[in-house]
Amino acid sequence: MVPNIHELVVEAPDVAAAIKPGQFVILRPSETGERVPLSTSDFDREAGTITCFFQVVGESTAKLALLEPGDTIPTFAGPLGLESEIENFGTVVLVGGCFGIGSIYPIARALKEAGNEAHVILEARSKYLHYWVDRHEAIADSVTLITRDGTLGTKGHVSRIPDILNKLKIKPDRVIANGCTFQMKRVSDITKPLGILTIVSMNPIMIDGTGMCGVCRLTVDGETKFACVDGPDFNGHLIDWEEFLQRRKTYYEEEIEPLRRSGTGTTVHVCRNC
Amino acid sequence: MADEKKAKKKPKINPKRISMPKQTPEERVRNFEEVALGFTPELAIQEAERCLQCKKPKCVEGCPVEIDIPGFIAKIVEKDFNGSIAVLKEKQALAAVCGRVCPQEEQCEILCILGKKMEPVAVGRLERFAADYEASQGKVEIPHIAKKTGKRVAVVGTGPAGVTVAADLAVLGHDIVMYEALHDVGGVLMYGIPEFRLPKDIVRREVDYVKKLGVEIIFDYVVGKTRTINALLEDFDAIFVGAGAGLPWFLEIPGENLNGVYSANEYLTRVNLMKGFRFPEFDTPIKRPRRVAVVGGGNVAMDSARTALRLGADESHIVYRRSREELPARLEEVENAEEEGVIFDFLTLPIRCIGNDHGWLVGMECLKMELGAPDDSGRRRPVPIEGSNFVMECEAMVASIGNSPNPLIPQTTTGLEIGRKGNIVADEETGLTSLDKVWAGGDVVTGAATVINAMGAGRKAARSMHEYLTGENNK
Repeated sequence: MVPNIHELVVEAPDVAAAIKPGQFVILRPSETGERVPLSTSDFDREAGTITCFFQVVGESTAKLALLEPGDTIPTFAGPLGLESEIENFGTVVLVGGCFGIGSIYPIARALKEAGNEAHVILEARSKYLHYWVDRHEAIADSVTLITRDGTLGTKGHVSRIPDILNKLKIKPDRVIANGCTFQMKRVSDITKPLGILTIVSMNPIMIDGTGMCGVCRLTVDGETKFACVDGPDFNGHLIDWEEFLQRRKTYYEEEIEPLRRSGTGTTVHVCRNC
Repeated sequence: MADEKKAKKKPKINPKRISMPKQTPEERVRNFEEVALGFTPELAIQEAERCLQCKKPKCVEGCPVEIDIPGFIAKIVEKDFNGSIAVLKEKQALAAVCGRVCPQEEQCEILCILGKKMEPVAVGRLERFAADYEASQGKVEIPHIAKKTGKRVAVVGTGPAGVTVAADLAVLGHDIVMYEALHDVGGVLMYGIPEFRLPKDIVRREVDYVKKLGVEIIFDYVVGKTRTINALLEDFDAIFVGAGAGLPWFLEIPGENLNGVYSANEYLTRVNLMKGFRFPEFDTPIKRPRRVAVVGGGNVAMDSARTALRLGADESHIVYRRSREELPARLEEVENAEEEGVIFDFLTLPIRCIGNDHGWLVGMECLKMELGAPDDSGRRRPVPIEGSNFVMECEAMVASIGNSPNPLIPQTTTGLEIGRKGNIVADEETGLTSLDKVWAGGDVVTGAATVINAMGAGRKAARSMHEYLTGENNK
């Protein structure tokens, strides 16, 4: 789609028939691959397809990126997790970054359909990393783009949200953020003093994704929760972010090592924030 | 003839059971291959000859699936090994699995009359022998399958409960579709029990047998999510839910979300289902720390501690708050662990996980315990000794203290009665739930229990389902 954000469209009619905005899937790119949880960015119930965006961060996602159209993968299970809360909240701001530019889209669409005023803010490091802007524009009341280098839209990062809200002259009833952990944490940090309820879609390490192994646990409001069955959506103001970021890094070395060794030819281009 | 046999055998009964060849501890801690190697035909016959062939066999009463134990053993004595597996298969689709992992010492073997004066007959080892013998011959007998009833049954989960239901009902002529949430068969037999105790080829072999009965298996299908039970009822005449274990319990002490703290479910799933021990050939990683502390005293704890050694740990500890006597694990597994060098820290209770500045576990603060008055379970209650705090250094902690039933189906099924512990409520005798046409059994009903109990629940449910499917109201 854009450098190191890959679009994956999978024919999986049973999953497409059941999925709701905010739910995720687990796939295995090969018989020896990991079980990789991915947020979903769109679904077509008639065609029986699911669209996901992902970033290459390790061996399994590198294999996924090398798939050709028409290839099959051994596992594509879902929909998993609870659907996002969709009702008429009033005014909602949806913030997407990285793969979250895609995964925030079906939530924005559903919220708009539920009668909300839906404002979308998309963040990327540079102009060439933005995608699906037209799609968002087709459904949202407004779309604001942020680039860190200022090559498109507002210069900076999600810390510019208060300025954007002022400019749009809106006072949101709810903010929803999808993207890398670091981005969702920043959004939560910014909205907390403003007192705006902020829902984030958590993306911890998972294995089965069906409420069995317990690796996806995080602390929310002092309580242990499991992202695969209690989430992935949680109130961003109540999450122990430091713990979450640490847990995400558990297998960092093992994720990167095989890439160096195997030389799959994929350029690793990971934002070093998360 | 009977008299002759008696006269011939009685003086010859060996008071000791025949021991089964095993890999030496030194050898086996360095590999993931099966520890116990199984009987040769000669050893099996010697052991089988110890059986008194009681007219009213007590052992059968202790078997949750009512195997004709003297019957299959008699066939071994007669060297009719194929006949022996045929007797087993009348009641049991997973003989090779059960021969390995059933707690026979507290079910059939404990009731063996021989056991009053000498060692009981090694029923489990003989069961395993018969099943392995058949497999080694490369031809698996398929029992007679009844005329098709035209009834369709969905079985959710391919673990021991589900496989038993599927096999029983398939033989009775029903059409069975099994749904598996993961990418491989067997449930806990695949993700939970390690290769060195239950080789995965054997699980596949047993499930293949169920497929040969005409059962269809659909993988990566998460019932409750991909489709709800209520929706599946539109397509099936009856459903059995054997969804298995759910979220692991932790100790609920500070620091349990540090990196390096695992649930046994995670630790074992990484190694067994995902083949983390073969990383990087397989992509799922597993850490190989020097010192591992497994908290708990059941079979799963033994499996985790022994797995840690095979992953190269210098020290693998079992940390248990009671004493050796109260360990819920099978004695055989405790002895295997001891032989392999697992260190047992009895009467020890972790109260805090200690991390370094980067969020990685470096140790656990523990208390020493002493045993007080008996508690509800009849076991003496462990009581902390004040001021006995000490720090046990370790880079991994594996919480192995049980788990709740899987939450997905309870969460998503309308009209299903759910118990206090998140379990599906099912009748103990029939497995019938509060929802019409839906039965359940195994860990999703009882919480973590044994393979054979799950199979027993499957057997009872299959019987009740068959009665329902062929009953007056269903013609």
